[in-house]
This record gives sequence, structure tokens and C-alpha cells, in this order.
Amino acid sequence: MGYVLSKEAFDEVLGKLSEDFLLYSPVRKIGEGCYTDVDVVRYDFVKSLDEIELEAKSNYAFKELLTPLSQTLFFFTENETKEADSDTRDVIIFLRSCDMHAVKRLDAIYLENKFADPFYERVRKRVKFALIGCGHSFENCFCVSMKSNVTTDGYLFSLDFDRDAGQVSCDVKDEDIAKLFEEAGASAADVVPSSVTENDTKVTVPDVVPNAVYKDKLWDEYTARCIKCGRCNFVCPTCTCYTMQDIFYTDNGRVGERRRVGSSCMVDGYTNVAGGGEYRRTNGERMRFKTLHKIYDFSKRFGYDMCVGCGRCDDVCPEYISFANIINKVNAAAKAAAAGEGGAQHD
Amino acid sequence: MSKDINTKVLKKNAFRYSKVRGETASRIRIPGGVINAQSMAKIAEVAEKFGDGTIFLTNRQGVEIPGIAMEDIPEVNKAIQSIIDDSGVNQAERDKGYPAAGTRNVVACPGKRLCPFGCFDTTDFARKMDKMVFPNNLHVKIAFTGCSNDCAKVRMDDFGIIGMTEPQYDPSRCVSCEQCIKYCRIRSVGALSLVNGKVVRDTNLCIGCGVCVAYCPTRAWTRSKEHYFRLVLLGRTGKKNPRLAEDFIKWADEQSILDIVKNAYAYVEEYIDPNALEGKEHIGYIVDRTGFDEFLKWIMRDVKLNEKAEVASRVYWSGKHYDRSNELK
Repeated sequence: MGYVLSKEAFDEVLGKLSEDFLLYSPVRKIGEGCYTDVDVVRYDFVKSLDEIELEAKSNYAFKELLTPLSQTLFFFTENETKEADSDTRDVIIFLRSCDMHAVKRLDAIYLENKFADPFYERVRKRVKFALIGCGHSFENCFCVSMKSNVTTDGYLFSLDFDRDAGQVSCDVKDEDIAKLFEEAGASAADVVPSSVTENDTKVTVPDVVPNAVYKDKLWDEYTARCIKCGRCNFVCPTCTCYTMQDIFYTDNGRVGERRRVGSSCMVDGYTNVAGGGEYRRTNGERMRFKTLHKIYDFSKRFGYDMCVGCGRCDDVCPEYISFANIINKVNAAAKAAAAGEGGAQHD
Repeated sequence: MSKDINTKVLKKNAFRYSKVRGETASRIRIPGGVINAQSMAKIAEVAEKFGDGTIFLTNRQGVEIPGIAMEDIPEVNKAIQSIIDDSGVNQAERDKGYPAAGTRNVVACPGKRLCPFGCFDTTDFARKMDKMVFPNNLHVKIAFTGCSNDCAKVRMDDFGIIGMTEPQYDPSRCVSCEQCIKYCRIRSVGALSLVNGKVVRDTNLCIGCGVCVAYCPTRAWTRSKEHYFRLVLLGRTGKKNPRLAEDFIKWADEQSILDIVKNAYAYVEEYIDPNALEGKEHIGYIVDRTGFDEFLKWIMRDVKLNEKAEVASRVYWSGKHYDRSNELK
């Protein structure tokens, strides 16, 4: 069911939806970027269309709701534990096609990876989606190469806003929600959510990555360039790693809480083990691990690549490292290795 | 005809007294250190046409065009009018050049326009300050710098204004990566520590440089909506007692800074040595004479400090006293 309606009428629909759902969308946070008077676009709860940032790509992904950066799982006293309260309200997440594809990856990791993670499952059950139409590619996007540029289902409704005409076009998949659109006076129309058909950035993912690529000297460049800040991981819609913290309150060490906090395979400490061991010490080794996980290892288990080509890692990297370019370099190295012309190797 | 030049008028008109007899240099004032490329081209044009074809870049972000014949001053003043218009400097009469040279060019580092660490628009504030104080014959130096790194070396000035931000922390976005702690320790003062997986900021030690915000990968650290300033007072170079400016206020707002500097001019008018050579006396020497309390009374008159501002009760300066001893130990 397609509908066209005015901005005001759409806000009426959002108002009605707000009675049953929290609405979670990209929001422009004025001056909250890492530099003075620079904004950041990240996810937060909204009530109206004006609050939703539709012009810019969000710097941080929607995943912060499903996998919070910092989450208290339970509290413990001497002999007892109590699970932390969690919100029970349903949520509609507004996201673009690439991020819809990222949801599938998060589900694969947290729900289909041998057993379901209860904390993820608990919040995931409450979540539905609204697709933000994507009329044009942003800088660094390579969704077409990663086949995440089109989404045809999995959402309650889509949203394309023609600012000049003050008109919202929606492809509504859910019958109850279609009623809300009709009540708001929306007129029926054929609506196909806009989607990107071409990006400036293109990548070729290798089918096979020979072992020689693991020891290729191409990674050395990143040992020198990368500052292991982990921004690429924290903005990534598909990075799922976390770590655990048991905290004992400072004024009473017999009471505390267990937290799950976001983690990054690029930052120090990620592979630290007892006895001072560290599996991937250099930044280049970490970059290799991240890259191959995103475009090779994950795929071997689940049948599709983890990376969705949103390009947020390239947007955020303070050292101007392009992950898209790394994929292409790996592809070239893989081809060369397969042809027996491997590049410079580490022992 | 022999030359009959009033050098006092010449100097006030922002032309340099040169050791080369009959020659002068035009001193272009560039508050905040930014002019458009057209003005730069005009400077080059004047240097070619009236000067010796060279341009001197001054220590205070001004430009001097040397090798100008004194009789060309009226023509040069007409030629530089477009530069004065561009830089927005107050002027008494068009086509007559600059109306004063005492209060020196107001300096600014690149600030937030370019620098990842700049806490405010240094050029913008410098221009606002220049609009307020210029033209003035009093020998006053004012400089702005975006953060406590002080790339503009504002501690060598009478009034140094250093940008500050008050870091805002959202523990729910913090993943204990400790990069803020690491970079605060390396690049700044080490005001952060980790307690139970979350970051604690020593508010006394924190200088508001914003390094933690710049390095935070999750936006757990953000900048305060308000831009704050540290005001440092009465630094100077010179032959008697060169010294660094000392902290007077931290977390001040823009209006307080402007009011204090304005008041300081009134104080100098009142207490400057009437016999000061060429009417120039560093404010610090005047304060040495009147005592700090009198200076404080004048500069804080009718200043409505913002609530967050913290003021030093007394300020002490050090530095080398060449007028007392030049002995090396």
C-alpha cells in the first residue's frame, strides 16, 4: 500500500504511532561532534518529522539501541543477583537500506550463532523498522557493491520526504499502520522507496582469500597509519563485539553490577589474555583481522558478507584510512596470490 | 625642497620610522590574522609600486611594506583603503590610512576555523575586540588562542585570551577505552582517571582544552554549549622585566573579557606615567606602581561575571629582572 501525504498529516501518523511505539531515528546533535561547533548525527528518540535528520548520513548507527554502548545486565549483592530493569516499550527504528541489511547481520551474530543471546533477544523482540528512502549516495558509500542498496521488505513503512513539496511518500507494509495513514487523510499512490543505484566508491570482494594474504606486507601500512582509536568499529552498524565488566561499588565492595560494554578489535586490550599475552599486537594485524572478518570470515559461516558498505568507517577515520580501498587491495592481493604472484610476505 | 616630516604623525598613521633616511614602511593591520586573497594581492601591488618589492611578515600577524618613500604616504594610504575595508578596522577618515598604531594588531591562532583543538572562533573574537579598542594610541597588546596549547603565545601579551570548553560526560556512551585518559595525560594535564569502568575528571586539574572530546570515539565526551575563556594578564617582552602573563580568570564568558579590557584602557588613561617616552608604557609597569588592588578595582568595575567564572584573588608575576641584575649563575 502506497500513500502520499502532507508533512503535517505524516506528523499526525507519528503522533498516533508514539502512543504505542518509541520512535528511534537519526538526530542532529548540535555541537556534539568531536570538534568545536561541529554537529554529530546519531540515534535518539523523536516525536516528529522535523526531529528526524533525513539530509545527512548518521555518523553513528542505529545499533546502539540493540547493543548499547554500555549496559548494566544485573546487580549483585552478597548472595543474590537482580537483573537490571529494561524498557518494555516497542520501538520503531528509522533507518536506511544499508542499515536494514545490517540488522540481518546483528541477528545472525546474536540470535543464529549457535544460541540466542537473551539480552539481545529481549530488545530485538520489541523492535520494528521504518525504512528511510535513500535518494542519493553519500560520500564513501559503497552499498551497491555490497548489495545492501535495496530493501523490499522487513519494514512497517518507508519514508521519502520531498522537502520542497512538503510531501511525504510512504510504502506501508503493515495493515494496522495503513489505517493510521488513511485516518490522517493520506491519498493512495504507487510508492517505491527511493534507493541508490550507483556509488562513486566501488569495491570488489574477493571470493577466496589465500593464506598468503594474511602475511602480505600490505598490512604494514596500517601499522604505521592507524592510531587504533576504534572509531571505525563504534560507528559500524555490524560490529558486535562487547566486553564484560564486574564493578564493585567504591563505597561498599560487597555490592556491584555486571556491565556489558562495546568493544573494538582495533583498540588496545582487545586480545589481551592472562599472562600478558596479546594475539594481535600491531595495528596492521588488527586491521587484517577486522577486514577479513567483514568481507571473508563471516561470509564463510553465514553465506554473505558482514560489511554492508555504509562507509561510516571511512567517514569517521581521523587518519583518512579507507576501508573500501583496503577491500580492493585485499582483492588484488588475493588475485595475485592465487596466480602465484604473491606480494611481499612476512615470514 | 628639504624634507619636513612630523614623525609623530607618521608613526600614528601606522608608518614605521626607518633607519633609512627618507624611507618608511606601511604597517597593515590584520586583526584576527585573516584577510581575503584580494587584500593580499593589494599588499603585493603596493609593495611593487611604492615599496622595494618585498613584504615583511610581522610577529603580530601584521604585514609591513618597506622601502616606501615618505612623500608617497598619501598615495599609499589611498591604495590600502580596500585592505582596511576588508579587515574591518575602524577608521577616522577614508583614504587617510590608519588612525592609530599604539594598540597593536590583535593576534589570533587559527582557532576553531581550522584547528581540531580550537575551542572558539579566535578570529571572530579578535575582530570584535579590535572593533572595541581601536583606534587607540595606548601601547596595548591583546591576543587570542583557541586552547591552552597557546600557539598564539598569548602569555606574552597584556591580555591573553585562551579558549576553554567544559567537557560533558555521558557515562552511558562510555566503553572504558581509556583514550581520553591516555591523550589527556600525553597532550594535556592528566586530569582523567578510570573508576569502575567510567571516567572521573578532576575538575580542579582540568584546563578545559577539549582533548578528551576530540579523541573520544563514541561521543561520551562532548563540548559544553557555552564557550569559555581563560584570561591571562600582563605578560610582556622588553628590556627590563620580560615575563609571562599570569592567570586571572578561568571559565569566563565573552562579555566579561570585553568589559575587563575596556576598563583596563580607562585605568591606563588614569595612571600612565605622564612623562612616558612616546606615551608608551607597558600596563604591567603601571600596575607595579599603583599596586594590583587598584588595578583590580578599575578593571572589574561594572563587570557582571558569569556564574561559572573563577577569579584569582591575587596575581603574582615573575620573569627576569634585567634592571636589577644581568648576572649569569
